[in-house]
Amino acid sequence: MSLSISLTVNGDRCDVDLDDPRVTLLDLLRERMALPGTKKGCDRGQCGACTVLVNGRRINSCLTLAVTLNGAEVTTIEGLAAGEDLHPVQTAFIEHDGFQCGYCTPGQIMSAVGLIAEGQAGDDAERIREGMSGNLCRCSAYHGITEAVQDAARRMASADERKSA
Amino acid sequence: MTVAKPLPHDAARLHVTGGARYVDDLPTPPGTLHLAFGLSAKARAKVTLGLEAVRASAGVALVLGPGDLDPMPDCSPSAHDEPLLAMGEAFYAGHPLFLVAAESHLLARKAAAKAEIGYEELDAILTIEDAIAADSRFEDGPRVYEKGDVMAAISRAPHLVEGRVLVGGQEHFYLEGQSALAIPTEDGGMVVHSSSQHPTEIQHKVADALGRAMHDVKVEVRRMGGGFGGKESQGNHLAIACAVVAARTGRPVKMRYDRDDDFVVTGKRHDFRIDYRAGFDGEGRCLGVDFVQYCRCGWSMDLSLPVADRAMLHADNAYLLPAARITSHRLKTNTQSATAFRGFGGPQGMVGIERVMDHAAHVLGLDPLEVRRANYYREAPVAASEASGGSISGKMKGQPLPTADLAGRGSVKVETGSGKATRYGGAHSRVPATAENATPYGMEVTDFILHEMTETLARDCEFEARKAAVAEWNAANPVLKRGIALTPVKFGISFTLTHLNQAGALVHVYQDGSVSMNHGGTEMGQGLFQKVAQVAASRFGLPMERVRITATDTAKVPNTSATAASSGSDLNGMAVKAACDAIRDRIAEVVAAELQAEPAAIVFEDGQVRAGEASMSWEEAIAKTYMARVSLSATGFYATPGIEWDRIAGRGRPFYYFAYGAACSEVVIDTLTGENRILRTDILHDCGASLNPAIDIGQIEGGFVQGAGWLTTEELVWDGAGRLRTHAPSTYKIPACSDRPGVFNVALWDGANREETIYRSKAVGEPPLMLGISVWSALAQACAACGPNWPDLQTPATAEAVLAAVGRARG
Ligand code: FES
Ligand code: FES
Repeated sequence: MSLSISLTVNGDRCDVDLDDPRVTLLDLLRERMALPGTKKGCDRGQCGACTVLVNGRRINSCLTLAVTLNGAEVTTIEGLAAGEDLHPVQTAFIEHDGFQCGYCTPGQIMSAVGLIAEGQAGDDAERIREGMSGNLCRCSAYHGITEAVQDAARRMASADERKSA
Repeated sequence: MTVAKPLPHDAARLHVTGGARYVDDLPTPPGTLHLAFGLSAKARAKVTLGLEAVRASAGVALVLGPGDLDPMPDCSPSAHDEPLLAMGEAFYAGHPLFLVAAESHLLARKAAAKAEIGYEELDAILTIEDAIAADSRFEDGPRVYEKGDVMAAISRAPHLVEGRVLVGGQEHFYLEGQSALAIPTEDGGMVVHSSSQHPTEIQHKVADALGRAMHDVKVEVRRMGGGFGGKESQGNHLAIACAVVAARTGRPVKMRYDRDDDFVVTGKRHDFRIDYRAGFDGEGRCLGVDFVQYCRCGWSMDLSLPVADRAMLHADNAYLLPAARITSHRLKTNTQSATAFRGFGGPQGMVGIERVMDHAAHVLGLDPLEVRRANYYREAPVAASEASGGSISGKMKGQPLPTADLAGRGSVKVETGSGKATRYGGAHSRVPATAENATPYGMEVTDFILHEMTETLARDCEFEARKAAVAEWNAANPVLKRGIALTPVKFGISFTLTHLNQAGALVHVYQDGSVSMNHGGTEMGQGLFQKVAQVAASRFGLPMERVRITATDTAKVPNTSATAASSGSDLNGMAVKAACDAIRDRIAEVVAAELQAEPAAIVFEDGQVRAGEASMSWEEAIAKTYMARVSLSATGFYATPGIEWDRIAGRGRPFYYFAYGAACSEVVIDTLTGENRILRTDILHDCGASLNPAIDIGQIEGGFVQGAGWLTTEELVWDGAGRLRTHAPSTYKIPACSDRPGVFNVALWDGANREETIYRSKAVGEPPLMLGISVWSALAQACAACGPNWPDLQTPATAEAVLAAVGRARG
């Protein structure tokens, strides 16, 4: 069986033929689109390493069947920066050293971008911790991660204010 | 000066843009085959394999059973007792039985599931009790380290403290699972990319498996997505399997474990049962202690002997024991082969003595911290010339916890202050080496600083006042009970296998003045590459951008030891320094005449090569050295001095020095459910003169959280048939972002190491893990607040375990 879908990945439109309807978005990205920045930690929706944005919302790409994404807009870690300019969350992760081994980092960053967009956490550390608790970090870089998200949220909020002012 | 700076991890930009490549991210060459193991479902059984359906499955290129490999490759790091595939008999549930190579990872797994496996079950030895009953063990009998007449000391003591503590295992759960990629090269050579802490061992084992010399195999490791000891030997199987299939088929071969397989196949932290008998006087001084450690090693030897040794070597932790006996049984069971895990047995040994301290305090009605202090080793005197002890950190002072709604998330809203920690410390001179201040294995403790560290931490975290507040709270509240505990860590630094304490490095300076650096250590997130690059940049007086860090490569630096035992920066930093200094000396010889100075007077700083007023740029000096036909490349080598150890007799100096730390944790438990939470943790940890405070603080926080996880939520459950039932993050709970203490302060004790380590720093990878013991001890205090009896809290202190302990306390 062959299924065709068409979706946008990091701004590029892609037409994809799927030979198996069970292919996950994660495998599609890693194995067929040469985008290995999104990581496979558990492949069963329990670690958050594979977090990407689909239509602006954060999801576990290992639990999402590619076939359901016809017409969707997908953003991965590779598509977050605007050319050489890092996204504020990426900059904050460097400044606050929000990682050790880095394996969870792409998922953490995409999750943080999603969380900030949800507008729920503000810069409340406690709520950020809750909101990020689906992204495991075995190195426990949680302190830097929380600070990075807090800082990025603040910076993005004030940039927005400046824009709307 | 580029050392002692809080620089971020290397490759930071790559990490945040998804550009950092791990083994599974490397582009696979066309034609790559993918592997999967077929696993035993039974803990112990004679096995017959029906593999026709596997061979016929779609996309399968090759299937190898035990009969297809002669000789059978061995994967063991020690005793040659781990054939790649089980040979007729499976020894644990998860034991690899056969190997499938297919066109994709998924096709290989699908094919493996089609095997018809016949099992004739045999009696399995699963638990410590089973193994004791069957006398199933490694080595002929137990190892015993002894100091003084322990039986006499205990029988004369006015108070006897006796009990048992079960210490749980721990799954590494490195976020990047095990993986390897083997690529055949011309003339029978093999290049292996492996997620391994020990490239030289991969090289050695792959060469053996292929029947080739080591120079035919090149192993490369750029980075790992976490290791924690789980990639010291457990990657051997994948690398060997890939290389064997690559050699047979001539095709590149890749293997990675699915997460469940990773849990089920690979070894974990050893679980222990520790029985103790100790004699105390009325003031809380220990007169003698007798430990019997039962260590569950699993089906093969792996690294169990040195792990069990290190547990014995840390049975004293920070305490001067006048008489002690430590008996260690290394038990062989039909379970995963337990392996290295951050601390390498040390944490288990330490839990034993910390339990004894808490138990003695309970029996004697004394304050547990006072009992601990009364038993500390003697303090190294403060050097008169240098002040010791810093100012009190503002961040650690005056953070009263809210008194309402302690169980609710979000109740504690205080900015935590780590990351910009205050430093303490100062120089200490050596305690005269005396037999009286010696460990149970006869090593004199000459650098002990825990008296002062404990004092500082207790003062800054307001221990006494908070202890009183906890008691008040507990008197007033019947349901939620709080507990607070301050526990110390003294951790020995060096490989206990003395010959492993060596390292090599290779440094090139190119004509344009850029520097390329390579050493035997591997990067797994601990920040080793950055720290060592800081050393190189500092030796040459260059900014960090001028130094390129390259992947660990057995073709560049040979015969390396595993990146383990916290030794990475100590060993590789010194080796890189040696290489840089050799190049510096040659440059100095060349430019000395022009700068009108003795070569010895030339300094390298701020991109300049200088002698007094005269100077030239680094680039100019490099050009001159090159034109003078002088080599700008050097190797460096380092071997740790002064260590000597007889592991059979249990005598000598196994460690170059000790690293110290102390943590105070406050917890709350719900006595109706056993649910519990860490409210606040304060840490003061000794990194010597820190090479990179940001990285060190990250290691301390990460180690503490991992240690607290081990002792609280991380429970491994095997069923009666020996199958691991907790084989995914859904059932095995590691700490998440929200599990970190609500208030978390980390400060560095920044006194220089008295031993001549790299820039007088201290190793930091493993010691902080044991700071997590403070959480377990605080939980025990909270349980003890529920009733008059000894709660006998076991590990891991899950909600169930806490609830049971509350019940015991109430009687
Ligand atoms: S890989 Fe998707 S959640 Fe773990
Ligand atoms: S940085 Fe290693 S898992 Fe998060």
